[in-house]
Order: sequence, then C-alpha cells, then structure tokens
Amino acid sequence: MKDQPSELRATNPRRREVLRCLADWSGAAIVWTVLGGVPRAVGDASDRALTSAEPHGFTFVQISDTHFGFNKPANANIVGSFRLAAAEINALPTRPALVVHTGDVSHLSKPEEFGQARELLKEITVVDRVHCVPGEHDTIDDGVTGYLRFFDHDGNGKAWYAFDHGGVHFVGLTNTLNFNTGTLASLGNEQLDWLKQDLAGVSKSTPVVVLAHIPMWTIWEPWGWGTADAAQALALLRPFGSVTVLNGHIHQVLQKVEGNVALHTAMSLAYPLPAPGQPGIGEPGPVTVAAGELGKLLGTRRLSIVPGNRSLALIDTPIGA
Amino acid sequence: MNISSRQLADSLSRKRRTLAFLAAVAAAAPGLVAAAPAKTVQVAIEKFAFAPKEITVASGTTIVWTNKDDTPHTVTSVDKSFASKGMDTGDVFQHTFDVEGDFSYLCTVHPHMTGTVHVRK
Repeated sequence: MKDQPSELRATNPRRREVLRCLADWSGAAIVWTVLGGVPRAVGDASDRALTSAEPHGFTFVQISDTHFGFNKPANANIVGSFRLAAAEINALPTRPALVVHTGDVSHLSKPEEFGQARELLKEITVVDRVHCVPGEHDTIDDGVTGYLRFFDHDGNGKAWYAFDHGGVHFVGLTNTLNFNTGTLASLGNEQLDWLKQDLAGVSKSTPVVVLAHIPMWTIWEPWGWGTADAAQALALLRPFGSVTVLNGHIHQVLQKVEGNVALHTAMSLAYPLPAPGQPGIGEPGPVTVAAGELGKLLGTRRLSIVPGNRSLALIDTPIGA
Repeated sequence: MNISSRQLADSLSRKRRTLAFLAAVAAAAPGLVAAAPAKTVQVAIEKFAFAPKEITVASGTTIVWTNKDDTPHTVTSVDKSFASKGMDTGDVFQHTFDVEGDFSYLCTVHPHMTGTVHVRK
C-alpha cells in the first residue's frame, strides 16, 4: 500500500493506519471483514485462514471494468491484464461458486468488443458463466440494446435480474441510464418497481448481494460518481439483515457502511483512475503510471459468505504484473 | 399553377446536369467556380469538457467536434435534433445548424459535460 501513488491511498487517516498495518504483514492481499460497522482484520491473508473460516458458506469473485477495446498508454495490453486475473481465479485453492462482473465490460459498446468479451470471459474456467451488469461504456449508443444482444442474463430483454445461490439472493441492476438530473445516472422507476416486487419474496434474514456498475452512494457528483435515485433502492434494502452492494466504475476501492448495508467499489482490470478532489486533477481520465506499477492498481476481489456472520469477508488482490 | 410531374422531372434533371457540370469544373479547376462559402467551426472535446462550451454561430454553419481525450464521449442534444455515436479518441462528429435557436447538448457517457450552441441569422 505504501508504494501506491498518494492520490490512491485511503483518505481517512485511521483507515490508512489499519491498511498499512495489514499490508506490512500480509503482503499484497488485504483481508478484513466488517462487523457492526467497524472494519476489523480477520487474521492473516493466507488461503488456509480463509478456507477454515467458511465451513458451510461459499466464496465468489468480483471483477470489474475490463474495458475490452481500450488501447491507450494507460494500458496497451487490456487482454493481458484480464488473462492474469483469469489465471489467478482459475488457480484459487477454494473454487469460487460464481464470478460476477460489475460492468464496463467493453470500452465503446461495439459489437466486436462485446463478442471479444464473451469469448474471453469463458477463459475463467472454474465457473460456467460470469454474471455481468452493464457500465456506461456498455450503453453508449443505444442504451442496453447492444449489450443485451450478448449479455442478456435471463433472456428477458431486461437489464436487471435476480437469482439465488447457496441461500444468498443476488440482484443485478443497471444504473447507467436516465440522466434526469444532468450529472448522475439513475435506476429509473420501472427498475425500482421491479426491485420492490423482487425483494418482497425474500426473507429478511437472507443475505442480499447487489451488483451495480456506478456507486450506489454519492462519492463525487461532478464526475458522475453516484446514482441519483440510489436512496430509494437502499430504502428497499435496509430491512434486510445483511446487504452487500458491489460496484465498479471508479477503478479504485472505496467502502461505506450504513447499518446493515455495506457498499464496496472495486479495482478495474484495465487502468487506474485518479482519486477525486485533488488540486490539478479535474477529470476522471485514465492514469498512466510508471512501468511495473500498473499491476498493483488493477485487481480482483474474493468474497466469502460466512454463516452466522452478517458481513461478508473480502480480499482485494492486485494482479501484480 | 400546377407543375406537371413531367415538367418537374425535366427541371430537376436540368438542375442535376448543371450541378454535375459545375462539380466537374470545380474538381478540375477548384478556383474557377465560386461556391457560396459554408462556414465551419471547430469545437474541441478535451479534458472532459467542450471548448468553447458556449458558442454563437450563423444559421448554415457546420460545427465539427473532435474528441481529444483518451476516453470516449458523445455529442447529444437535449432536444434530440443531433446525436453522435460513441466517439473514440480522434473521432469527429459534425452537424450543420440550419434552424435558429438555442441548442443544449451533453455527453451521454459523462452527463456533467455540457455545451450550448446559439444559432442566429
């Protein structure tokens, strides 16, 4: 962590302290869980510790922001970066139950990019499919129409879906459309109505995992880092005992805990973006870093459902090269 | 007075022949045929902003937007009268503004990027 550019370290001093302590003895991987709203280190970062902590739960993987089609100085080998991550996922000692992709699958919403993505995602061989939600780079020209030709989850022609696995309810949302406020995209009323109906059939004690590309809390409005009507969705989720919201979009890890709801953004597998609010950096454009540094800033996330624990255990791992 | 379709066809084909002749001359000797000057104005899309952000042009002007960022952008008017496809680095989009009025537009990938075109006589 201390080798990262200053703009990408945690901004909260206490959290910086916690992360530096963890990084010193756990290397690149960060293992922590959130109990009662307070981050606590689970133990050391070895897989042995993680496996022994999940007697009847399961593990899944989040990847995000692959941006297939991107070819600029910030990363001239997008496919190579993805393949490093795919190899790591395929080599995990505990086979993940599923893999999710929180959007910006493509860079320009082009059919050839979606096609390439669909083929490359099959290189994650430890699962049958990757559950994707679209990012705004996937909905550029014609909303979700082009994206759905390749990634329609249930064949319903809808950009949202839900499924259950191992006692956990997963929800996939699209929040890259409907620019009603001018700066933030939104979920829209049709999707919110669907979400309300979907959650009505889920018991409050069932853990819920929500996938959506753009952060579901407002991190930095001038850059579109937020969802205009997220509060309505979170109100529907709040009654549940354990809610984990997984987002992408900002190409860096930030978290927020609100009672039973924990929200986490993720690293990209394409290129880093700057932290907001710094003098001299006015826009969220791809950041070109020194040779050898890129691999520390791209990564994947492993999550574990631990029965009896309200919160999921998370490990964020850089791809390294 | 009714113009018969035959007369119309004759008139159009004459116009077409005239235009074809002028085009051939212009191609062979560009200075020879004085065409009415069509004004073209450049707008840069750079650092997540349209520059100039606000612009006033005469009707008949063509505006040419060029994306100079490493990120895709679009030029999409609020009233849907003009809309580019996704623009990669170096991509260009142009629109000729014949109708007077005020046209707000934004980038649909980054909706905080906005611009305005004022079209006057």
